[in-house]
This record gives sequence, C-alpha cells and structure tokens, in this order.
Amino acid sequence: MQVNENKDFEPVIVAFCCNWCSYAGADLSGTNRLNYPANVKIIRVPCSCRVNPMFILRAFQKGADGVILCGCHPGDCHYTSGNYYARRRMTLLFSMLDFLGIERDRTRVEWVSAAEGAKFAATMNEFVESVKKLGKNRRLEDLRCRKQ
Amino acid sequence: MQKAIIEKAKLLLADGTVNRVIGWKKGDFAYDSTPAVFNSAEELDKDFVYDDFTAANVSKYLIKESQKEGRVLVFLKPCDTYSFNQLIKEHRINRDNVYIVGIECGGKLDIEKIKAKGISGIQSITNNDGTLTIETLYGTESVSADDAMAERCLTCKSKKHVVYDELMGEDGDVLDSNRFDQVAELENMTAEERYEFWRSQLSKCIRCNACRNVCPACSCENCVFDNPNSGIANKAPADSFEENMFHIIRAFHVAGRCTDCGECSRVCPQNIPLHLLNRKFIKDINELYGEYQAGADTESRAPLTNYTQNDCEPSVVHERGVE
Amino acid sequence: MQRIGVFVCHCGTNIAATVDVKAVAEALQHEPGVVISKEYQYMCSEAGQNLVKDAIKEYNLSGIVICSCSPRMHENTFRKAAASVGLNPYLVEVANIREQCSWIHKDMEEATEKAIILGRAAIAKVHLNAPLTAGESPVAKRALVIGGGIAGIQTALDIADAGFDVDIVEKEPTIGGKMTQIDKTFPTLDCAACILTPKMVECSQNEKIHIHSYSEVSDVKGFVGNFTVTIKKKARFVDETKCTGCGLCTEKCPQKKVPNLFNLGLDYRRAIYIPFAQAVPKVATIDADYCNMLKNGKCGVCAKVCSAGAINYEQKDEYIEQKYGAIIVATGYNPIKLDKYDEFAYSQCPDVVTSLELERLMNAAGPNGGTLLRPSDKSHPHTIVFVQCVGSRCDDSKGKPYCSKICCMYTAKHAMLIREKYPDTDVYVFYIDVRTPGKNFDEFYRRAVEQYGVHYIKGMVGKVTPKSDGKIDVQASDLLSNEQLHIDADMVVLATAIEPDKTARPLATMLTASMDTNDFFTEAHAKLRPVESPTAGIFLSGACQGPKDIPETVAQAGAAASKAIGLLCKDSITCNPCVAHSDELMCNGCSSCEKVCPYGAITYLDKEFRMPDRTTKIRRVASVNPAVCQGCGACTVACPSGAMDLNGFSNSQIMAEVDAICK
Repeated sequence: MQVNENKDFEPVIVAFCCNWCSYAGADLSGTNRLNYPANVKIIRVPCSCRVNPMFILRAFQKGADGVILCGCHPGDCHYTSGNYYARRRMTLLFSMLDFLGIERDRTRVEWVSAAEGAKFAATMNEFVESVKKLGKNRRLEDLRCRKQ
Repeated sequence: MQKAIIEKAKLLLADGTVNRVIGWKKGDFAYDSTPAVFNSAEELDKDFVYDDFTAANVSKYLIKESQKEGRVLVFLKPCDTYSFNQLIKEHRINRDNVYIVGIECGGKLDIEKIKAKGISGIQSITNNDGTLTIETLYGTESVSADDAMAERCLTCKSKKHVVYDELMGEDGDVLDSNRFDQVAELENMTAEERYEFWRSQLSKCIRCNACRNVCPACSCENCVFDNPNSGIANKAPADSFEENMFHIIRAFHVAGRCTDCGECSRVCPQNIPLHLLNRKFIKDINELYGEYQAGADTESRAPLTNYTQNDCEPSVVHERGVE
Repeated sequence: MQRIGVFVCHCGTNIAATVDVKAVAEALQHEPGVVISKEYQYMCSEAGQNLVKDAIKEYNLSGIVICSCSPRMHENTFRKAAASVGLNPYLVEVANIREQCSWIHKDMEEATEKAIILGRAAIAKVHLNAPLTAGESPVAKRALVIGGGIAGIQTALDIADAGFDVDIVEKEPTIGGKMTQIDKTFPTLDCAACILTPKMVECSQNEKIHIHSYSEVSDVKGFVGNFTVTIKKKARFVDETKCTGCGLCTEKCPQKKVPNLFNLGLDYRRAIYIPFAQAVPKVATIDADYCNMLKNGKCGVCAKVCSAGAINYEQKDEYIEQKYGAIIVATGYNPIKLDKYDEFAYSQCPDVVTSLELERLMNAAGPNGGTLLRPSDKSHPHTIVFVQCVGSRCDDSKGKPYCSKICCMYTAKHAMLIREKYPDTDVYVFYIDVRTPGKNFDEFYRRAVEQYGVHYIKGMVGKVTPKSDGKIDVQASDLLSNEQLHIDADMVVLATAIEPDKTARPLATMLTASMDTNDFFTEAHAKLRPVESPTAGIFLSGACQGPKDIPETVAQAGAAASKAIGLLCKDSITCNPCVAHSDELMCNGCSSCEKVCPYGAITYLDKEFRMPDRTTKIRRVASVNPAVCQGCGACTVACPSGAMDLNGFSNSQIMAEVDAICK
C-alpha cells in the first residue's frame, strides 16, 4: 500500500449517479444539509447500466483518484434490469483492476435509493476517507502499454 | 495428416460441395505458415500445409469469406470450432456458405521455444512420435516435442469439435485443463507485485494491433478506438487514454465472448501474455456466475448480457484475500 | 462555433451564502465557447427566465448552462424557456450547485471551486449537445385482451365503457375462465356463476367488445400504440354465426365417452359440446380428437339434427390480423400437475381430489348435481382431510417457491360449506400457516374454526394410503402436540399450488414482455407500476402477474384497463427523445444490445452498404425503435464498437464531463 506523503492530499472523486434513485438521493442529502467532502463531483446518468467501463478508466487516466458508481437498489431499477447488468459489469471490471494491481479501494459500487440521503452522504464520507488513505492514483495513470 | 486433408479438400472441390478452401499456406521457413484461400487442386498441392506449426485460428477469416459467392471449405481444429460457434452466435458468419471439416489436433509447437534452446538456421523440422529432428545450417538437432509445445496447448481446454459438417478422425473430449493456474498464481501475489508484473508487461506493447487483428472476438467492423463518436478515439501518441487503457478495454469487450483460443498471445511480437487478461475474466465468470464456455453453443446468453437477481455484489472483489 | 450562455443563480441566499456566485460567473466566462456569463438572484423567476430568454436572443446562443438547483427541480422550466425563444430545449444543461454544492459544503472557497468545476463539466457537455426533437407515433384506438377469464372480462368491460373497441382472445370455446368452475366465493359465499355470468353476457352484448373464443394469439408485431397482432381462430367445425346454441347436437351425438374437461374429467360429455349452460358465446364446438366424422368420416349425426345448418366438417383454422394500441395480458393460472406428489396418492385413488375438483363435486351443475359424493363409490363421505400447501412454498424442484395465496381462504370456505350442509362430516385441515390478510378474511377463517367446528391441525401430511376397505389412511404430524396422527378418511382434498398458464411463456416472447423465473409476468415497477409491463403498451391483468383472489383480480383488471384507456385516449404518443440510436457504419449486428434491452426496442435489418471498392455488401445492423426505447443505455455498454449511443447522454458527452471534472 502506498504511503500518503501529503497530509493535505485532496483526492479527485467522480461519482456516477443514476437519475432515478441515487441522483435523487444525493439531492436529498443536500436538502437535509448532510455534509460530505467537496472532492466528490457527481455525473448524472440515466441508469447505472449507462456507465461504460471506459468512463471509469478515462476518469482514472485523467487524474481521478477514486470512482464510485451509485444506482437504484437491485430490484428497484427504474428500467427493471439496468442495475443487474451494471452489477456484473462492475464486478468484473473491479476484479480486473485488482488483478492489474490497482488498489481496490479506489473503486466502489453503492446502491442508494432516492430516500437514502443520509446513506449517500455517509457513503461519500467513507469513500473519500478511504481514497485519501491511498494517496494519489499513480498506478492506473501509468499503466502504460507503449514503449518506454 | 496433411496428405489426407489435401485429398479431402480436392474431393470436396471436385464434387462441387465448395468452390474454395481456407487453410494454411507454406511460408518461407518450415515454421511460418499463414492462413490462405486456395481456389484449385493445383494451389492445394503447391502450398497447402498442415503440420505442427499451423497454429493459426482461421475462423475469423470466415466473417469475410462467408459473405462471398459460393461455399467455402474450412478445416477447423477443436479450439477453432469454439471461435466459429461464437461468431455464428453473433451473426457474423453466414453458416450456409461454410463447409466445416473438423480435424484432430495434438497441440501446436512454438518456434520461439525451439529457438530459445539456441537452435538457429532451421531448415526443416520433422516430428517422429514426439521427437523433433531439426535440420539446421549447422547440423542436426533433436528436441522433444513436449518441450516445444505452445503454452496454450499445454493447457488445452478441449479436443472436442463443437461444430462441424464432417469430421476427419475421432472426436475428442472436453479436457480437464489447468489453464487457470497461472491466473491463480498472479492472484496470489500482492497488489504491488501484480502491478509491477503488468506494468512491465504492458510497457512492452508497441500498439501494433496484432492482438486485435487476430482475435476472433475482436471482430468489430470498426473498433471503438477508431470510432470518432466514441469520445475516446484519440490519435495523439503520447500519454493518451488509448495508450494506457487499450488492453483493459479490449479484454473487457471480449469478456464472456472470448473462447480462450490464445491467438492474442501467440501473435504478440512482444510476447506479452495477453491471454491471461482474458482468462482472468473467464475465471471470474466461472467462479461468480457459473461455468461458461463461450462458443460451446450458439444459443446460451453470454454472462455479460445476462444476470440473476442473486448475483454477488461488486464488493466481492474487496472481500478477497490478498491485497 | 458554439455560442454558450452561462447563468448562475443565487437562489436567494441558498446558493449565494456558500458559493461566491460572482466568482463562478466570472470564472466560467473564460471557458471555451462561452459568450456570456451572468448571475441573478432567482433564475427560475419570471424575471430570471426573461434574462435567459433575452440573452439567447441577443447573443444568438447555441446552448445554455444554468448553474442552479437540481435539474430534477427546474430543468424543465429552463427547457421550456429556451424553447419559447426558439432554442432547442435539449441544448440546455443544468449544473447542480445547490443540492450538490452550496447545501452540503460550509467553506465558501471550497464550495465556489466545486461550483466552477460543476459549471465547467456542464459547459463541456453542452458543447456536444445535439438538438433533439421528440418524435410522435400514432395510437390505434383498439385494445386486445388476451384471456377471457374474470380478469380479461373486467378489463374489456372497463375499456369498452370508455368507448374503445376491445377484442378478447380466449383459447377455450367460452369466456369465463376458472371462475366458471368455482362453486361459491369467499368470504361472502355468494355463488360464482351468479356474479360472473351476467358479466359474460354483458361482454357478448356490448357492441364495443368482440369475442374471439377458441382462438389464440399467433404473432405480435409492432410497439406501443401500434401493435399488429395475428389471431388464430381454431376450427370448431361449427359456424358461429349460424349456431343458435340449442344444444340438440350435444344430446344426439353418439360419442358419449369424452372426458368432460369443464368438470375436470369427473364425468363425460359428447364429442360435440357446449362447455356449460351459460357459455358465451353459446356455440357448440366439435372435439376433433373424438368426433367419428372427423376421424374416419362415419357419422354426421350432428349435421343431420342441426336445423340451423351450422355444422361444417370442412372448417379450417382462420387467421385474422388486427391493429391495436394496447395489449392487456390476462392469461391467468392453472393448478399444477400433481404427478410428482405420489405421497398423496392422487393418481392412485379417485377419492383424493384437488380443491378445484372439489368445487365441481360440490357444484349444483357439477357431476353429482351438487351432492357431495365420493368419486369412487358415490357414497357420502364422513371424514374429509384437507392438505394445505401442496406444491406451494416448496424449496425443492417438485413444487413452487411462492405462496399460492388463495388456498387458505378457499379451504376455509370448503370446510365451512361441507360442515353446514353435512353436519355429520368431520373436517380436518392440515396447514403450515393460515394466511388470511384481506378484508373480512380472518373473521371468515375464525368462523370456520369457532362456529363450524373445523379441526385445524398445524402440521404436514406425510403419506396418504388408500386401504382395501375403501377408506384412506392419512398419516400426519401434529406439530403443536408433537404427535403422529393417523386419520381414517373418506376423502382427501389437496390445496394444489397454482402456476401461470402454459401459454404465458411463448406469449411473453411474442410480446417481448419480461417474466420472472416462475413464469409470472413482471411489472414495470413492483410498487409504483404494478399493472404495466416494462414493455410499453403491454398491461397486466389478474393472476398472470402473480397469485390473486377474485376481488384483487377485478381491482387489478380495472387498473390495467384505466392504464390502457389512458394510452388509447391519446391520438399520438410523444416519444422521449433521449433514446438510443445505432450507428449503422459501426454496428456489427452481434445482438449484444438486443439481449440487454428490457423493452425489446432493438431489431435487426439487413442493410446494403457501398464499399470503397464500389461493391455492395449486405450487413446485419441494429435499429432502435424510438417509440419503444426508454433510454436506459444498457445497450450502449453492451456494444463493443460504440455503435450504440444514447441521445442526451452520449459517450462523448459523458467523457467530456469526466475530462472536465478530472482536469
């Protein structure tokens, strides 16, 4: 595990939130004034199944230190099955990143309903903390496949 | 074997079953045959070869060939039939235009392994019941065929032809292969070790696209990296997204579709063990969603276009043993 | 060249107290493409909207970004404002700097910085926004109800009532379904036929309702508002338009040994038959498996006696094609087959019956004219054992994992009716739990126990063994007293699990409607859209969606009808323009997208392409029906080549947002 050399390290966190549950959950945590760090920037997608692994890899390559995907709870997807596909895709992608030696705690999937403002804030707090501990994402930024 | 195959091809050409043949053509050396189309008995006699080095999986060529006029004859090794089936499942091959003759395969040899023994100037290689007699410019060498066997063939998953119109010889069985051992070995390393391993491997990549071009699953009309609307096509050479993430995305795109034919690693000029990325996905799929062999049939739903309500959560990755 | 306007809202102090809105507006002014950046106290107010509208006109803006509250709140407001001055509403993006910024952060510097980044991401996205136009698709003003049981009947009546034409397709010769076979209904004990048959007659008399009995759906094409359905009218060898339903043929037919399926094979009928007296349509049908004339050309009695000349041995299956705007599935249920339950001796002993068979045995129109007699020797039973949950709540592959829901109540009903009519009969009920949620249900069950003296025993029946003296040995355990019991019974009644009709699965495939692992149709949302299928234009009525009793079925039938009416009322439906589309040049036709589409919106066509060498090539490519696509984007990720993309949330748009945030 990388040692955090900079105590003031502020990670860049990208959160993909599905429009129907998690984005609404994020709005709710705002309405209830539940704090979470400003490191988290949310990108709205219609459904967790819209999140292409390429988006996540792109975020890491462009300098994100952590990526979290939030969707409706399994069984509650607005489109009935979207989050089930997302679940498989993300499981396999995260496993692959782990296989490549990328720190596991940089990626996460969390199911947050539109009523779970508190859960959204708590999840983000936790996630930012765990990414902070890992420090800057260097491994995925530098997983080169070109001649050095 | 080669003789019998040529005879079979001539017969099928003569009786009008097919009007051309896909197979392997002699190269400049004894070990560098390439896939080719043969239009006549003369061409077959002249150049057709089937030996320990005709390793190429020719199923991918059928995407183009099967769209042309008339039926084409193809000789498929057991592992090639899986790729063929997968392509049928994805509606890429016109089955009616293909006549498949399944041929036996006892494993193919890797010339690099022979060269690694310090043998050079190779003129010819003959296999006599497992012993290779190699005539070189500098004399005759003898090597055991097992020692020269390609990595992928040492962990062969199946000797069974899953699709054919006709079979030459006996059909084999699906094998109890230990092909995931190497993946497991990597899994058991620390994250740091894994990272170092892959970084050093992937850094060798020269982005020649050989893996993409040979892969039967990587058969898109246009690759996403060449798709101007994908948001990722980027021709700037240094530090681009493509440079960094190509192999992860490629592996993800073929996940659940890759039959584990091993062509990617075979053709890689830098000898990057690319097949391990694909095998990692296959191993995960087998462990998390149940055994699945792409290409074993043409109907089943691929694991990534399928789900159950009780699938494991992505956190399963975090809960695994070694970090 | 893009001309983008940025509008930063103070939201009173909601945003301005934590975010330096002036600094945000200033910072975003310098983003590429931005020609104007303004802040204002309440952007959603009339004055704020005018500010936006004026700026669009004045600067001829090609896209706008509103930095304000959540898009879930006011995206529509600003889209409308933009549209009112001629800017395509889909060229509006909202950066959420209230709920996701000012309200959750306390530090002004931090919040301002984040607001600027969120604004940048929105600007990056709006650069790639394309003007979208919501398509419209016409609605055929006719509904199809598949299944003519009480669910289908109720749905059809309600839709007809609203003034729309409805066709009912029923596979049996008569509508009415399972309810016609039921004797009395719980918890009121009124007679099923008395409340059902008037509705059946209403159906036949309503000029808006067209009944296709003895028919099946053989093909479905199209999509919401625009389905084309092929209905197969099976040959019944009787001209429906001529038959008067006098029934003379059914008395004269010499083939007397045909199992009467309406009475579940408990007695016999003729080869030409009318299922029961109140059948609708009241038309005879010839059973081709038994008719001597059809089998070997020797008979023709029915044709001779029919004064209406309705018999036609030459009749063939007929196919009709019709357009519908909405389809309601009401395919209902059946009791499961009991062949895997040898322990209950169902197939060995005629006196072991299912609950539905008991309904027929007790029915005045049943095989015994309403007197409860043992099927074996027509004697009066003195001890009757009811076994609950036969095949329900099973964790093995023999039965069903779910609760069939209706059995507890109908068993209480049976027990009560028997005790009332034959007070000398002992009734035992073996149960796991008694489940009575429903209005007046628990009272009803308690009446059975308390007033009618039905013996309820908690425990399962292990084995049922017919004895040589005609009695039946029932071996069971009483879980409360922890005793093994043997009961010498005269009859055993099995509360058989119910399952969806076998026709449901192939039908679901035709409709591209989704089903669960038990073959029940799944609803669009388990809580909020319980009568709609995820596939637009398909509605669910009755037990095809899950086990239900009659009042629930009728309620759901009405709800399905009202949803269908809501659709049929419209002349055309506006489609969501944020739908997927496929780039034919990039598409491989591999079918990955089709597999993950929950709506069946993706089809394939063979398209001719001109190649660079001037030859043409035919390739299979995906095509998305925008009227059916709901815009989830599952297909876009399944597509390896990136050919499939989503309007409003395209790959490049999301990538641009990612880049802007991670920069």
